[in-house]
Amino acid sequence: MILTGNHAAAHAFRQARVGVVSAYPITPQSPVVEKIAEFIAEGKLKARFVKVESEHSAMAVLCAASATGSRVGTATSAHGLELMYEMLPWASGNRLPIVLNLATRSLGAPWSVWTDHQDFITIRDVGWIQLFCENNQEIYDTNIQAFKIAEDPRVLLPVACAFDGYVLSHTAMPVKLEKQDMIDDFIPPLKHHINLSDISTVKGIDPVTTPQVVKRNEGVAPGYYEYRYSLQKALENSIDIIKEVHDDFARKFGRSYGNGIYKEIQTDDADTIIFGMGSVASQSRVAIEKLRIEGLKVGLVSLKLFRPYPAEELREFFKDKKNIIVFDRDIGYGYEGTLSYELKAALYGLKNRPNIKGFIVGLGGRDVKTEHIINGVHKALDEFEKDIYTNKTDFLGLNLEELEDYDEESYFKGG
Amino acid sequence: MVNVIDLPEEEYIYPGTRACAGCAMALIYRIALKALGSNTIITVPASCLTVLHGMQGFCTTKISVYHTPFATTGASASGILAALEDKGLADEINVLAFAGDGGTTDIGVQALSGAVERGTNFIYACYDNEAYMNTGVQRSGSTPLGVQTTTTPEGKLVHKKNMPRILEAHGIPYVATANAAYPLDLYEKFKKAKEIKGSKYIHILSPCPPGWGYDPKYTMLIGRLANETGFWPLYEVIDGTFKLSNSSKRYLDSSKRKPITEYLKAQKRFNSIDKKTIEAYEKYIENAWIDIKSRLEKQ
Repeated sequence: MILTGNHAAAHAFRQARVGVVSAYPITPQSPVVEKIAEFIAEGKLKARFVKVESEHSAMAVLCAASATGSRVGTATSAHGLELMYEMLPWASGNRLPIVLNLATRSLGAPWSVWTDHQDFITIRDVGWIQLFCENNQEIYDTNIQAFKIAEDPRVLLPVACAFDGYVLSHTAMPVKLEKQDMIDDFIPPLKHHINLSDISTVKGIDPVTTPQVVKRNEGVAPGYYEYRYSLQKALENSIDIIKEVHDDFARKFGRSYGNGIYKEIQTDDADTIIFGMGSVASQSRVAIEKLRIEGLKVGLVSLKLFRPYPAEELREFFKDKKNIIVFDRDIGYGYEGTLSYELKAALYGLKNRPNIKGFIVGLGGRDVKTEHIINGVHKALDEFEKDIYTNKTDFLGLNLEELEDYDEESYFKGG
Repeated sequence: MVNVIDLPEEEYIYPGTRACAGCAMALIYRIALKALGSNTIITVPASCLTVLHGMQGFCTTKISVYHTPFATTGASASGILAALEDKGLADEINVLAFAGDGGTTDIGVQALSGAVERGTNFIYACYDNEAYMNTGVQRSGSTPLGVQTTTTPEGKLVHKKNMPRILEAHGIPYVATANAAYPLDLYEKFKKAKEIKGSKYIHILSPCPPGWGYDPKYTMLIGRLANETGFWPLYEVIDGTFKLSNSSKRYLDSSKRKPITEYLKAQKRFNSIDKKTIEAYEKYIENAWIDIKSRLEKQ
């Protein structure tokens, strides 16, 4: 079928036989939930769609529905995700297997409806698994895998599947939808560790939890610290299961995405690696070809799994590489691009540490052009040559010169 | 009219909870659960009820409780309902949301409005102790005029929000006010709500000894004064039809009402009120009863 990224996600929800959907419209995600509403109206999906008055309520509905034992999911973007924020650690803390599609969009102010990865980055510390997709087939395939990963009893964690707003959300491309019986076989019905609907056992979910382990005549209960330890360990352990589910999927359906956590493009002979996510990685594929014509041995690593962060795998991969150039479509505001500083930290302690330089690109939907990537690679290699290393951010594709009265000293100081 | 002897003997709350001495919420909760029975799932936001429920792993109720963040009570009830519908169990299990006045009239009002607008089939109970008691007595939208709280040391400058009327405006099939000091009336209202399909809202006045400033032994007395002075009339609105509850009927006659000062002076939280505030209360009560009379006459 020819599908937009949004509709690819909706079809995955339909075929995963999701039981409860709850969402609030926001650009550029809205077509995901419009399509789901259409599937339900046409009888193609037997789900309950709770049409809430805010994203905060959407995630609250899903947490409660998941705790009541249903397979659940939603979609959102930018401000919607930020409004959900309070509920995100609630979902992971309860180990609820919720699947969220994120059509990425920049955060206001000022208003912008176009893509960057800032929204995706802001949820990195809430205990969710975070995956990024580069094309519409990958959106469909990753959603199918996401339910299997989330609901694996060794994992039981919420999963966010991200894809660039407009770049994929509103761009149609061929997507192969798999046969329903094969999907059913791949994702068996949910067997949940929490199920409020079974009233034969009394559950008290999430009362106040003390700093200490509580011992009473009735039994022993973990403290908050023990709960959070188990959440962190579940995340750490999930990397192997994410790879396993990816490999199962590849065997069954014949499509794979690197090792399930990152994708390598022309890395075998490369001494210089471009590192990026989503639309940035896609654009870099084109840049590599041109750089190779220049004689540079450049490859690409497109990060698919952002959380849990696959630090060990990346250390192993990068241990013999010479140069890494990171392109972030986000900023850890006040510091560097997030991918850049996280990779630097992950590679700390390597005997032959690679050179690393990060660039900021494409915030608020500014085009990430092949020439930006190429210029970035040249600039980085030049700086490495001169032993220049800095944590100051370097923006590509800025057009300050087009601002007629621009003066670095005064322009953004108001007045 | 039910009698005490008609109440089920089954208790759904274990003894020895962390509620304060004289807590009306604990009584309301106990009676409400007797009315609903064990085929119930409860959702509770951050509130005094969280305190009653105690610490992790040791559930103080014989009914499953889902704790949810402050603003989400209505939404969480919707989520539980949606999953029960998904599983074909919605007709067998009651969903009860049980929140305080802060969680209802302030931070939770949006999620509640959304849930009842969608016609979610559940009972929402607001136990109204008229301030954020769990966090140390800060003012809420439901705190009455003149009340001293930790955030209104000078006394609150405006009247409490009329939450039952806001819920009525949603056109839901059942809205009722209740009072912890009238437990049989309370029981009947929960019983009735249980039998009605759609969104049900019960707003219950819940006297609070530490927050209101009176001796715990006077909880029932204070609750009764709220009715007897005409400050907190008990009524139901069933499918839009207003019905004054028996316990409040005699106060249609203003001469039967006790002076509001009896209620105000029995509680330390009203210590700073002046004559003007007392007059404002007299006017407030008068207007409330004019409204009630006109509603009864129209029917």
